[in-house]
Amino acid sequence: MDATAPILEVQDLRTHFFTQDGVTRAVDGVSFALEPGETLGIVGESGCGKSVTALSILRLLPPKLSRIVGGKVIFEGTDLVPLDEPAMREIRGNRIAMIFQEPMTSLNPVLTIGEQIAEAVRIHQGASQKDALARAVEMLKLVRIPDAERRVGDYPHQFSGGMRQRVMIAMALSCNPKLLLADEPTTALDVTVQKQILRLMLELKERIGSAVILITHDLGVIAETAKRVVVMYAGRVVEQAEVTALFDAPLHPYTRGLMASIPRLKHNRARRLAEIPGIVPDLRTPIPGCAFAPRCPLATDRCREAAPPLEDQGSGHFAACWEAGRA
Amino acid sequence: MIAYIIRRLIATIPVMLLVAVIVFLLVHLAPGDPASVIAGDNATSDQIAAIRATLGLDRPLWEQFAIWIWRVLQGDLGQSLFWNRGVAELILQRAEPTISLAITTLIFAVTIAIGLGVLAAWKAGSGIDRSVMGLAVAGFSLPVFVVGYLLVYLFAIELRWLPVQGYRPIAEGFWPWLERLILPSIALGLAYLALIARITRTTMLEILAEDYIRTAQAKGVATRPMLFKHALKNAAVPIVTVVGIGVALLISGVVITETVFNIPGVGRLVVDAITRRDYPIIQGVMLVFSAIYVLVNLAVDLSYTLFDPRVRY
Repeated sequence: MDATAPILEVQDLRTHFFTQDGVTRAVDGVSFALEPGETLGIVGESGCGKSVTALSILRLLPPKLSRIVGGKVIFEGTDLVPLDEPAMREIRGNRIAMIFQEPMTSLNPVLTIGEQIAEAVRIHQGASQKDALARAVEMLKLVRIPDAERRVGDYPHQFSGGMRQRVMIAMALSCNPKLLLADEPTTALDVTVQKQILRLMLELKERIGSAVILITHDLGVIAETAKRVVVMYAGRVVEQAEVTALFDAPLHPYTRGLMASIPRLKHNRARRLAEIPGIVPDLRTPIPGCAFAPRCPLATDRCREAAPPLEDQGSGHFAACWEAGRA
Repeated sequence: MIAYIIRRLIATIPVMLLVAVIVFLLVHLAPGDPASVIAGDNATSDQIAAIRATLGLDRPLWEQFAIWIWRVLQGDLGQSLFWNRGVAELILQRAEPTISLAITTLIFAVTIAIGLGVLAAWKAGSGIDRSVMGLAVAGFSLPVFVVGYLLVYLFAIELRWLPVQGYRPIAEGFWPWLERLILPSIALGLAYLALIARITRTTMLEILAEDYIRTAQAKGVATRPMLFKHALKNAAVPIVTVVGIGVALLISGVVITETVFNIPGVGRLVVDAITRRDYPIIQGVMLVFSAIYVLVNLAVDLSYTLFDPRVRY
């Protein structure tokens, strides 16, 4: 495989939830690609399908409730969607690892953190318990947990939230994954700790050479860390661009609305913070047109009737908007 | 930890004292007179009065209680009214069959119940889940004697796989001992099994929805270690609690099971004592059973530290 080939290509991914109230189209035709070592940000508000996208890549969604009904997830040249469970287990924690939002509940309270890190090493590298534990200590040092030799035998409740997220990072990176899915990795942490964790994650990602998909609702985090950004709304990608291009000239009205709602120090304090009127649409009813149309200041009849495709608006800046040209 | 154990043991004193009062009153307020039973059908009222006097039954109730409790505190459970032996000695003689039955039942019920409960939780909503839960309801609803006679009819009389009844000491060989305990253990353990299977399923269902189970799956952990290492250990505290509470089911069931299967254990001893109004035996056995129940549940509380590192005493 040549160096410029994408490590991950998500094509028209559709993940639906089947509940008693009907079908929820949580992810409804999402496409993006990721180069080796790249950091891609996925932003959007709660319920826009960004977490479901990540969980679909690793196929970690509850099989009784949800199904990938269409699309491909091509990782290192193989489509993961049709793979069986044993084949997926080979990939999980090994070539693709994941970090979750809640460090307080994502670690098993009755197993030592050493065991929880060593387990992945044993499973995927066939290491002995002794070697796997040595690797765990090494990883704890790498994520800068002081006194790693002793703390490897401690339980999660003996660590603070920030420390637990470091443990999660150590666990995720223990098998040198080619791709790291970070689902709101800093959202549940204190503001002071957020930056440290983010910086640590990106530093280690460089060292290991993993690509990262960073999922967040925080545009500030994206601005600091990602190279490219995917903006999601109601299960679809509405805009995709280089970070600088997106922040300089957002094309989709939803992205503009998001940016206008960020408080800025420069602004006049008397000015009210902008908000996007209306609410996120109900994903249980099919949306024929643009999902954002009911809340969009620029919406026309065309927007309500036909969904705009994600199109290159010039120099790799994609937007799914019929009115993308209008300011 | 040691201080905790001592505190807990001290706390059991008022409980045991209350149990002693209830046991004593229950036996002494029940109608019937052991003296007239001992004296036989043709006894004169003078003879009966003489027997009452020698047994101390003519004294006021509180005095009888005081004498009894004082002796119990010294380790003396009294003398049987019929057998010319001490109650403690009689209980010890009958202890082996009862302890054997309790241990085989415990092992049978707990292992199968946890296996079924985990399976039902993992396959929640499926046919397997529904049949396990149906079995649990049936197991809990059927009385020990009904199950016992059904098992005897099927496996001992019709299929002739196992003996109908009786008991052989373990000293006479492992298999002769075990084969006579299989049917009684199933009969006695079914309700217990049902109880544990239900709590295992419910607790496992909650735990399988926890974030750390998803973390384990994201690591590539296979189904079996995911269930038994990551989930079951977290479910251990509620399960062990119910195992401890359920010992009450075993204690009451043991009396019936030993009668159905003609096992000469402590349960049979107490049934015989009740029909003869042998007060000291009834009191002694009830007291011992209560003490076992209290101690089992203390052991359960202490075992929490093994399963959950967050629990400290």
